Amino acid sequence: MATVNDVVIKIATVNGTGSASANGLLMRSIFRMGVPVVGKNYFPSNIQGLPTWYEIRVTGNAYQARSDRVDIMVAMNAQTYARDLAEVSPGGWLLYDSTWPRSSLLDRDDVTVLGVPLSRMCNEHFEGARARILMKNIAYVGALAALLEIDLDTITKLLEETFASKQHLVGSNMEAIRLGYDYASENFVCPLPSKIAAADGAKGHIIIDGNTAAGLGCMYAGATVGAWYPITPSTSLMDAFRSFCSKYRVDPESGKRTYCIIQAEDELAAIGMVLGASWNGARSFTPTSGPGISLMSELLGYAYYAEIPAVVFNVQRTGPSTGMPTRTQQADILSCAYASHGDTKHVLLFPADPGECFTMAQASFDLAERLQTPVMVLSDLDIGMNDWMVPEFEFDESYVPDRGKVLTAQELEDMEAFYRYLDIDGDGIPYRSLPGIHPKGAFFTRGSGHTKYGSYTEDSDAYQDVVDRLLLKWETARSIVPEPEIQYSKFNKAAILSVGSCDGACKEALDRLNEQNISLNYCRVKAFPFSDAVKEFIEQHDVVYVVEQNRDAQLRTLLMLDCDANPTKLVSFLHYNGTPLNAGFVVKRALEEQSKGQAA
Amino acid sequence: MSFISKPTVAHPNMPRNKLGLTARDYEGAVSTLCAGCGHDSVTAAIIQAVFKLNIEPHMLAKMSGIGCSSKTPAYFVNQSHGFNSVHGRMASVTTGANAANRTLTYIGVSGDGDSLSIGAGQFVHAIRRNLNMCYIIENNGVYGLTKGQFSASADIGTLPKKGLANQQEPIDAVSTALSLGATYIARSFSGDKDQLVPLIQGALSHDGFALVDIISPCVTFNDHEGSTKSYAHTREFYHNVIDADYIAAAEEITTAYEKGSARSVELHDGSKIILRKIDSEYDSSSRSAAFKYLRERFHAGEIITGLLYIDDSRKEMHDLMGNIDTPLSEVPLDSLRPGKEELKKILARYR
Repeated sequence: MATVNDVVIKIATVNGTGSASANGLLMRSIFRMGVPVVGKNYFPSNIQGLPTWYEIRVTGNAYQARSDRVDIMVAMNAQTYARDLAEVSPGGWLLYDSTWPRSSLLDRDDVTVLGVPLSRMCNEHFEGARARILMKNIAYVGALAALLEIDLDTITKLLEETFASKQHLVGSNMEAIRLGYDYASENFVCPLPSKIAAADGAKGHIIIDGNTAAGLGCMYAGATVGAWYPITPSTSLMDAFRSFCSKYRVDPESGKRTYCIIQAEDELAAIGMVLGASWNGARSFTPTSGPGISLMSELLGYAYYAEIPAVVFNVQRTGPSTGMPTRTQQADILSCAYASHGDTKHVLLFPADPGECFTMAQASFDLAERLQTPVMVLSDLDIGMNDWMVPEFEFDESYVPDRGKVLTAQELEDMEAFYRYLDIDGDGIPYRSLPGIHPKGAFFTRGSGHTKYGSYTEDSDAYQDVVDRLLLKWETARSIVPEPEIQYSKFNKAAILSVGSCDGACKEALDRLNEQNISLNYCRVKAFPFSDAVKEFIEQHDVVYVVEQNRDAQLRTLLMLDCDANPTKLVSFLHYNGTPLNAGFVVKRALEEQSKGQAA
Repeated sequence: MSFISKPTVAHPNMPRNKLGLTARDYEGAVSTLCAGCGHDSVTAAIIQAVFKLNIEPHMLAKMSGIGCSSKTPAYFVNQSHGFNSVHGRMASVTTGANAANRTLTYIGVSGDGDSLSIGAGQFVHAIRRNLNMCYIIENNGVYGLTKGQFSASADIGTLPKKGLANQQEPIDAVSTALSLGATYIARSFSGDKDQLVPLIQGALSHDGFALVDIISPCVTFNDHEGSTKSYAHTREFYHNVIDADYIAAAEEITTAYEKGSARSVELHDGSKIILRKIDSEYDSSSRSAAFKYLRERFHAGEIITGLLYIDDSRKEMHDLMGNIDTPLSEVPLDSLRPGKEELKKILARYR
């Protein structure tokens, strides 16, 4: 079938061979032609030698999810030839390094095999093993450029930008591009029926991953203390924060830093550092993943009860236990919502893409300081580590950060007496004082039972008074957290409700279902506690398909617990094999459920 | 246990420090520990040390974890902020607090369980960072709040009130700190105020990680025959290495110390500590000598006290990182955000 700007390219390589830069070049070239793209990296928990795949979906409609097809497989890893061939959609193509011909690749008669002698050509043109391996990757980009009509000038320009300080590399890379390009032009009918044409669908957009966006968001939020313990897939968040700070957070006069990043000994310490810093009035955060949340749980409960702000990014990965650390999931929803012992619950934010990682990073500090409680931003590996095409981030200069109820020295001076946990405003949020500001603000922070005046207690009524007031604060949180995204189609009593990185696949599924005359309404929750709009949305519908990426329907459970939602209405669409969600799965489940409805 | 507020009545003739405050102004709530607890003596010594150092109460931050020792920050300097955290996590909370505001004086009070078992990881890493704090371990070899289990500092052969003698090697906080590069290491005994107060003063003034390991017998669970951390045992085997007296920078060094036996060490804040060598062999500037001596006396069953090691040349955490002198918490947020135009420039590479 002939298509323009609707093609899925999957590249199978071995990790540690430098294919990432070739794949990046390919994707960015298409993006620079104004054509929307989606990039997904499927990589092993390993540094070198294991199979890895990169999938580029060219989507003129600007869908955000991965596809459920593979049109062109670039099979560069002989170890995985069989499965890579099997994965190609009927009518598709398989490009491989025909330096060593493989007749087994001809087993499928519905797939066209394109042999390009990449190794032979690169061995003839380049010196040294390293250059030959790297250039082989660049050469397949050249072959694809011919097959798909990718603009060579765009590729040249990108290479010039990439190697701005090493111009000699531009020539050798272009030579490799030419090798692939010329071979494909001479030996195959170019372009293929599926091709790429310049468009304006990518205008005003950038390609960025969620961890970089969140790190940038932390810098723009004015965070000064970051504490962390390395864990995949969150590590690059602190790397990004460090990199931005190294440029923008160095005092020009003294050359000294206005940020402090501490690599902690473990996650127990990382959250302890965040609490200490927040207690002292700094905006402080820690990025982690599921196992890190488990270790942080004790102090998260402390922060809830002692009312200390904290920002935690949980870039979720596939559990339980070590699970599949380089695969994605949304399976920490419940463990984060109720992290710790005793009656504890936490404010959660659910970004759907890197754009929201940037904005929610800033919102999380405002909420944490306003509410004096931990706020967890639940991203995932798909958002955090994959390259997403999103609208360019904006920063509103009129935005004033919300530092919450922090008393100044003068306010303390003018007070008769300061009591830490008194609810003066009736919103469940007391006033806090920072150390070093004024002797009257002195306060003994404790995780043990305390009265509303802040003193130690084992008195039942005095204890209960405080934990009841925390519930009032919870309701205040409900009224100020980000509202859900809601879309109504034409009148319909069925809807899809999803969270985080499910968004792109769900919206694409809504379009596809619409083509089949099934119009569903849509709600994407952005925060916990759920605002009243979420509750109302569920109440408006007879059936709500809850789409999430875990086995145990954790979002559905949370809706039942927090919104008192009727469980019989909430039908789960659960995707939890570690790959990002695609629209095909949602459509298939919706059709199954719709046909059940008709049968009944 | 309940919170008892203590009336603050100061005698008009009580001595006042440079801030015009009396020692009474540095007191806290009434202790709820057992009568005769060594920890209360340490509390009294801390009050004296902070009073003598003229520290503004609100510029002191009192940090602790969980255990009998960790309750004590409530019993001194009422006008200071306190952070009674969770078990074994005082060090990390203090690290973060210090990261946010380096201008406060941090005193952490911990115990042997809190620092050498559940909090061992954080204790050693705070030392590695040369976190600028006074870290006190009230060491009694026993878990008091859970009624008498051994801690990791219990000596081999120690008998509990119930059960079998301890057969596991003790962890010695002082040797541990020496091996990790701590820059101020002292040990004392809760019952020896004359030695303890200057050691704590020195630790509070030291620009880096200062450990004061204080043998503080538990009168309820570990003050019986067979315990090596009982009052009787400690007094019998008490061995003073160095008496330290603390002299503020502005004051002249007194002549109470005979020439030849005194050694003056200038601390980063300009104040000085004077060491009097009891043992003429001892050199508190040598890590290896300190380690050797400590092991020798340990094998002889003796408890070495005094200022065992000091190194005022190493940079503390912030200076190692090259951070600004102003507290990070006080830098206005506006100056920390590069603004709209810079965001465009940053994002150019993602276009």
